[in-house]
Amino acid sequence: MAVSSILARPAAAVTSPWLLAAVRHRFLLAAAALLLMPALVPFTALATSILVYGLYAVGFNLMFGYLGALSFGHAALFGAGAYGCGIVLASLGWPWWLALAAGTASGFAMAAALGTIAIRARGIYFSMVTLALAQCVYYAFYQAAGVTGGENGLMLPALGRIRVAGLALDGDAPLTRYYIVAAFVILALFALSRILASPFGAALEAVRENEARARASGYDVAATRLLAFALSGAFCGLAGALQALQLSIVPIETLSIDTSGLAVMMCLLGGAGTYFGPFVGAAAFLLLEASVSVWTVHWQLAVGAVFVACVLFFRRGLWGSVVAWVGR
Amino acid sequence: MLDGLTWDLVALQLFTGLALGAVYVLLAVGLSLIFGMLTVVNFAHGAFYLVGAYVGYEVLTLGGSFWLSLAVVPAAVGLLGLAVERVLIRPLYGRSVDDPLLLTFGLGYVITELVRIAFGKSGLPFDTPDALQGAADIGIGFFPLYRLFVMAVTAAVLLALWVALERTRFGLIIRAGARDPVIVRVLGVDVATVWLAVFGIGTAIAGLAGLMAAPLQGVAPEMGSTILAEAFVVTVVGGMGSLAGAVAAGLVVGVVVSMTSLVAPEMAKVSIFALMAVVLLVRPQGFFGRAGLMSG
Repeated sequence: MAVSSILARPAAAVTSPWLLAAVRHRFLLAAAALLLMPALVPFTALATSILVYGLYAVGFNLMFGYLGALSFGHAALFGAGAYGCGIVLASLGWPWWLALAAGTASGFAMAAALGTIAIRARGIYFSMVTLALAQCVYYAFYQAAGVTGGENGLMLPALGRIRVAGLALDGDAPLTRYYIVAAFVILALFALSRILASPFGAALEAVRENEARARASGYDVAATRLLAFALSGAFCGLAGALQALQLSIVPIETLSIDTSGLAVMMCLLGGAGTYFGPFVGAAAFLLLEASVSVWTVHWQLAVGAVFVACVLFFRRGLWGSVVAWVGR
Repeated sequence: MLDGLTWDLVALQLFTGLALGAVYVLLAVGLSLIFGMLTVVNFAHGAFYLVGAYVGYEVLTLGGSFWLSLAVVPAAVGLLGLAVERVLIRPLYGRSVDDPLLLTFGLGYVITELVRIAFGKSGLPFDTPDALQGAADIGIGFFPLYRLFVMAVTAAVLLALWVALERTRFGLIIRAGARDPVIVRVLGVDVATVWLAVFGIGTAIAGLAGLMAAPLQGVAPEMGSTILAEAFVVTVVGGMGSLAGAVAAGLVVGVVVSMTSLVAPEMAKVSIFALMAVVLLVRPQGFFGRAGLMSG
């Protein structure tokens, strides 16, 4: 509802056949872009971070861009995925791919639990409630040091040699690891394209545009909002799990307010409500951070200032502006 | 562990909770004032609180007294608030309600980082003023003088706010403007200036809250973002935009934290958020919130 004024462009306004084709095949285009990314980004670890945070922003965008609900508590979902994956790896010794599934499920379950309370609030109240609930999760995980490692964080075993489809791969080699992560991110992007194309995807946008009218049209608004939050949690949970594999540690800061803010900033920087914007936003944010931190430790100042300028003058974000320009 | 509990101890802890709640009340009143009038959820409120603590620290370092900082801090943080409203927030009126929220969120980042640049990353000690050290007998036991002082300052601010809002023409305009800014503008009132003043007053109180908290916990760049979430809990529990709600909820939250730390110290932080979850499930609009606000 809140973001609709900026985002909504009636589909009928799109006339260019090229753009229509691009929209129809946006999943394939996005997948191709991600497969080519290591060639475009200065170093591979940064490219992997862009994948992970891009997917995190994708999960956030499902709520913010497509449903119009601004959450400030997505760190709890990302963190649930990271800890869910980390705990089964470190304590139970599950194989890595099962740990990823556990992380995704943890994100989904955490979102379903928090969502039950949070979706009762709308608009900016939703933002405040999600932020407060995420703080609650932070302190709970901080206290449960026996399972989570508390303030020291959770240490994970290295990925080591892994077998995929009969091939033995070195999971600790940067480029190999990039493509392992990319495979899961692309899988998630495919799922997202199916979700958005489904009747549920239409319900999301209907609720965003006009909740009262959506309800009158027979949509179950509460269920739509809750399911969107839970699915958003599954995407963010997978991102958190991939992050845990990538870093071999889950620091407690994963659950902090700053991590929640990261999703908001990356999504807005790239363009809320666009399919590929979250990755552009994650890339812009991480490249900005990497280049500013070369000459000052106070890179957050630059990032914060860019974000403020974005809200004031550049509300569509980088990718959103490109899409709007092409769509004219 | 519970064997050691006496009624005096419980009463004293209850009183400690009220003193703790006083800082929450100051923060939540500022947030609610700004929200009720401007519909701006000020995510930079914690940063203004942070600046208040550091301005107080600077006054002391330059040789000033705590009493001087009591005047300097609200003035300085209030002026900063005026500048922020005029330059950054005013262009956003009439746009989506998310915009000022997002802007103040980014601004909080910027202010916190500027404080880090000026004062370093580590926390700094902040002594309790000499005259307020020690404890006073309040009938149920000895209670730190400084905490009594914090409660007195909060009461004075609330009284001043009440008089200003209920007994002056300015207050009348504010209350009318919160209901219907268009009609107030039609009646010839310069609403923009009123909003500017309200934002300045709200941030000045946030700065004062930061100064009040400084001798209790020292000053550190992280203090703003931690308190922000708790201040939001208080405003949500009290009912957004309701000043009476902010006061009641601030005290309740203080007491809940204080009582939880008596029986289960490790759950003290979580108890704030558990309280909010319960209140939201039972009464989504908060103690004194208007029904329907939460669903709008």
